[in-house]
Amino acid sequence: MNVINIKSIRKTYIMGTEEVHALVDVSLSIDRGEYVAIMGPSGSGKSTLMNMLGCLDTPTSGLYEFNGVNVSEMNDNQLARVRNKEIGFVFQTFNLIPRSDALHNVELPLVYGGVNAADRKRLAREALTHVNLADRMHHKPNELSGGQRQRVAIARALVTKPSIILADEPTGNLDTKTGDDIMALLEELHLQGNTIILVTHEEYIAEHAHRIIRLRDGKVERDEHVDKRVVPKIEEPV
Amino acid sequence: MKLADFTYEVREGLGISFQAIRANKMRSVLTTLGIVIGILSVTLMGTAIEGLSRGFNESIAKIGADVLYVQKWPWFGGEDWWKYRNRKKIDYSNFKAIEKQATLVKTVSPAAWTVVPVKYNGRSGSTVFTIGSNHLYLETGGMSMDMGRFFSQAESDGGRPVVVLGYGVAENLFPRENPIGQNLRVGNSTFRIVGVVEKQGSFLGDESADNRIVIPIEAFFQKFGGNRGIQISVKAADIKNLEDTKEELRGILRKARRVAPGAEDDFSINQQDLIIQKFNTIGGVVAGIGIFITALSLFVGAIGIMNIMFVSVTERTKEIGIRMAIGARRGTILLQFLIEAGVLSLMGGIIGVIIAYPLSLLINQVLPTSMPLSVVAVALLLSILVGMISGFLPANRASKLDPVEALRYE
Repeated sequence: MNVINIKSIRKTYIMGTEEVHALVDVSLSIDRGEYVAIMGPSGSGKSTLMNMLGCLDTPTSGLYEFNGVNVSEMNDNQLARVRNKEIGFVFQTFNLIPRSDALHNVELPLVYGGVNAADRKRLAREALTHVNLADRMHHKPNELSGGQRQRVAIARALVTKPSIILADEPTGNLDTKTGDDIMALLEELHLQGNTIILVTHEEYIAEHAHRIIRLRDGKVERDEHVDKRVVPKIEEPV
Repeated sequence: MKLADFTYEVREGLGISFQAIRANKMRSVLTTLGIVIGILSVTLMGTAIEGLSRGFNESIAKIGADVLYVQKWPWFGGEDWWKYRNRKKIDYSNFKAIEKQATLVKTVSPAAWTVVPVKYNGRSGSTVFTIGSNHLYLETGGMSMDMGRFFSQAESDGGRPVVVLGYGVAENLFPRENPIGQNLRVGNSTFRIVGVVEKQGSFLGDESADNRIVIPIEAFFQKFGGNRGIQISVKAADIKNLEDTKEELRGILRKARRVAPGAEDDFSINQQDLIIQKFNTIGGVVAGIGIFITALSLFVGAIGIMNIMFVSVTERTKEIGIRMAIGARRGTILLQFLIEAGVLSLMGGIIGVIIAYPLSLLINQVLPTSMPLSVVAVALLLSILVGMISGFLPANRASKLDPVEALRYE
């Protein structure tokens, strides 16, 4: 079943007197349990598409159905609710609340979701344990390493058991080794049945996904499935 | 939205506020300065006004609202000074006329006064008023005795050399001894002390009430001369008939003083409600000034909070974006910043009340009051209200942010 179903979406910004077409007639659908990478150079519209998929923004025209519900005509509060319940964000810059400890950061979506304090604490602890941070619950973000911060962010994305996890350049601020760890964690989450949408401009990150959607100039340039078993990743000679 | 959701959001808002204030301690305290001053002024004004009216009511209650004073001067007479100056004095015969003819009065007592040296064993206190009156002085004045007794009607009519001390005089001249039965030098004469009047309190110029001695008026006239103006205090039999009593007095006095029909009264009958009216006017002015100062400083405080909340919103744009991304609604963000402004302002209010408390003890030296709990409650509620009102524009700006833009903000 489709989690995401997009038909002929357009997004047009007015910059000064000029119209900028960030997305031009994009259509795609993503099934539950998929691991999709959205790729493209800067200016290709992938950020706009991600904002659209994450319900942070609404399209100028076209249809966006999330779990069969039309979100392209929702008001701000309804969008906030979809973001809260159905979408888990993982950002390049982690985007944790600096003054709150790891536990409270993970709890936060549940606060906005109206979950009571006891359940909140329990679920947040479970999520942090899931990302191997059981011993760092009461550390503030500035007391954690980059990789640990991104794990907290992933725990925060997981804690509401969302329909999709939307990861925007999740390794962009991490060194290669830590980045690989984070990608391994996402792989693991995918194997546990989560739907993951990865936005990146780096080929080797995108290759972790099972399907790559390439954007250029606001259009889908290519949409291909990667069969891991048939085409194993080959190290290129240095 | 369910009530539970709302309480979670309020609690989250409170938590964020405390974190934010702790992170910017100095800035927060400076920001609240205007509110501190405003609340300081609210509580002190409230305390002072409360004290004024309580002191006033106590004084009024002591004297009694049912007493009329026959005097040459009206209490609040306006500008025609010469007219009053040239009036015939109120003399003892006027008192006798009232005493004989009035039917609607309970007690009448005259008062003649002078200032002469008052000594005991060569010791003398500060200036003491010597009052000549009759045996009904105590009842008419609504006073009672601290020790001993007042002089009797026989002593009064016979002009016996007996004296009753005001509380202050007794305290000054007899710090250790019992004054009853002692001989007091009043001018060139000796009077035997028979009693001490209880303390009269210190509000509304009543200090003089403790700083006086009372002797029989017949004795007063013998020693200090009879041809002098007096004041006549009349206690009405029934306060409901105060106006009738006043009319009766007018009739008696006009006849006794031979005022031609149609001519103006050449005397004044004063009463407490004139003081009450005057007091209300003064109290109103004091309250008005107080409210003005308070409003001004709260306004300044509100501007300060609004300013710092705008700074806060700008500084935390990214955080607002994050919260929106993970599901905070616009209302949630609005509420969060309103709470923060309210908490910040409440902090100023609490500091203000804490500073005001010792100052209210100072006021207590002058006025019979302590900081009323109601004033504290009003002050704290007011500070929260001011904070929320001044926080509204910044909070509204925060809630209107575009989540995409806010997330991109560095």
